[in-house]
Amino acid sequence: MTIQERPNSYRNGPDERGRFGIFGGRFVAETLMPLILSLEEAYDAARNDPAFAAELAGLGKDYIGRPSPLYFAERLTAELGGAQIWFKRDELNHTGSHKINNCIGQILLAKRMGKTRIIAETGAGQHGVATATVCARFGLPCVVYMGAKDVERQAPNVFRMKLLGAEVVPVTAGAGTLKDAMNEALRDWVASVDNTYYLIGTAAGPHPYPRMVRDFQSVIGTEARAQMLEQAGKLPDLVAACVGGGSNAIGLFHPFLDDPSVDIVGIEAGGKGLEGDEHCASLTAGQPGVLHGNRTYLLQDSDGQILEGHSISAGLDYPGIGPEHAWLKETGRVRYVPVGDADALDGFQLLARTEGILPALEPAHALAHIAKIAPSMSPDSTILMNLCGRGDKDVHTVAAALEARASAAH
Amino acid sequence: MSRLAARFQELRHEGRAGLVTYVTAADPDIPTSAKVLTALAEGGADIIEVGMPFTDPMADGPAIQAASRRALEAGGSLQATLDLVAGFRKSDDKTPIVLMGYYNPIYRRGVREFLIAARDAGVDGLIVVDLPPEEDDELCLPARSAGLDFIRLATPTTDDARLPAVLQNTSGFLYYVAIAGITGTASAAQSDVAAAMARLKGATALPVAVGFGIKTPDQAAAIARVADGVVVGSAIVDIIARSEPGDAPAAVAEFVGSLACGVKRARDSEAA
Repeated sequence: MTIQERPNSYRNGPDERGRFGIFGGRFVAETLMPLILSLEEAYDAARNDPAFAAELAGLGKDYIGRPSPLYFAERLTAELGGAQIWFKRDELNHTGSHKINNCIGQILLAKRMGKTRIIAETGAGQHGVATATVCARFGLPCVVYMGAKDVERQAPNVFRMKLLGAEVVPVTAGAGTLKDAMNEALRDWVASVDNTYYLIGTAAGPHPYPRMVRDFQSVIGTEARAQMLEQAGKLPDLVAACVGGGSNAIGLFHPFLDDPSVDIVGIEAGGKGLEGDEHCASLTAGQPGVLHGNRTYLLQDSDGQILEGHSISAGLDYPGIGPEHAWLKETGRVRYVPVGDADALDGFQLLARTEGILPALEPAHALAHIAKIAPSMSPDSTILMNLCGRGDKDVHTVAAALEARASAAH
Repeated sequence: MSRLAARFQELRHEGRAGLVTYVTAADPDIPTSAKVLTALAEGGADIIEVGMPFTDPMADGPAIQAASRRALEAGGSLQATLDLVAGFRKSDDKTPIVLMGYYNPIYRRGVREFLIAARDAGVDGLIVVDLPPEEDDELCLPARSAGLDFIRLATPTTDDARLPAVLQNTSGFLYYVAIAGITGTASAAQSDVAAAMARLKGATALPVAVGFGIKTPDQAAAIARVADGVVVGSAIVDIIARSEPGDAPAAVAEFVGSLACGVKRARDSEAA
């Protein structure tokens, strides 16, 4: 069914060309094109197969630990003195983030397609860890491409991936971050199409990846919507999540898109501020372009060269964004706002102090935005935020940033 | 008749394959790059592919990635690429020029405006790696309307079912990527290429050029026995990388001369 056939729904994309409005598509080299088409075919068959759904649900329950809890943050709510704040606790998943939801889905698909080798890109290392985990679980060799700069700042995750049996390849091209890791994974794939499955971690890339990753992550929003109705007795007034590539956000948002009473906000990495190039706010400060297989908002210069961007959070350090988010921005259904490094650091500490939860730096951005707006909302209103990852991986980054802040204050 | 059609007609009359050479525009700097383009033609290139520098060349190996980086650091851009072609055209109105690269700089510039500027600069065709037939309305069809050839890549993964779609809006020539992989890495065996050529020639009347992994005059000669064109890129780009900028044009001309020699004698030795 195409978007045009049901104009009143925000949930029917993509169309048959893999597009959400003008965004998305299949901008890949010819070598990959036959594989992309067979992937689409395999995915269409899988998602209509009850046996696939049953296997996915079984692993979700017993291996990931789904459903993840919905948690009312009582002390944080009291401290902020406004809207009631509810967290979807996807940081409690096996491997510590939402990334595993997608990895389980895609590895089952890879098995169905008879692929014998898995490759992935990773930024913060959460997707790399989740991929290495499912590869260990299913006994498939795994190669993870990771920017050299990220290898350095996410050392604990690199070690975890190696323990899980993955080969981690540091990528030195470009600035050595997620974008460069994705380029290198695509280069591997183009030379290994026969046996290799590329397990993309975010809701971006060529069709059908954005749709497929969204579907696998929508378990977050589907559970959370039912849990809100049951535990809070109503739908939330505001739904919020951080966006890097945008997989946790689209997973949370999608089941709420056709609920007109629900306001939805995505929080981008504002880095050191939007004036210069040191941020990753592609929706707020980028322009439409074509990269990594899809048309979407990109950080780029006037010549169409891609900028590197910056964020304190490696998981948000990507100059693009999933194409469905680009479309949701253009339609106005979702608002996207930037939150900078310093505020994210405050959000990290606030949640640790009030609720005894160390969030990953990625959702700490969303938390910082909520902390800003909750006090001005009525105590009857509710905010639902996805706590998409836990902060253990970030304690060294946070320690260094707090130390730098303290010495700057003296 | 377009420059590409005219050139392939000449090659047919001469009974030989054409040498297609690739360099990245503005590598290692803009003035040297202008001299390199002239050196390619003088060295014996029949067709010149000019790479449009891009920050994220996903289908390229280390040599062409590094070339893009050098070019961008030296002020390379889409406009600088067009200016280099326009400069080349002042002294050479015969050698076909094909721009090769990725879609984003063109999209950012605006397709319509880019096509007018490219045609005015003297560009004959385009190869845009990340635009498969599924996205033909983006650039391929507008380019054809603007009188530019749109050269498509066929690869070992392009099966018989898919080949007609790949050929449908292709013009100028067909570029057969001899290996499943990135530029400048592995090379294909002549026998594999010959089998692929038979399949492609059965499906199209267009000339077929073969590239990826061809690095030496002997390899070029081997491919020239079975293809209409032989594409050499990374090996030339490597010479630019190794040379002082002042020496690069002469070094490129010498190497291209040896490749041209290999391509020209390829079918003689077969007859002998």
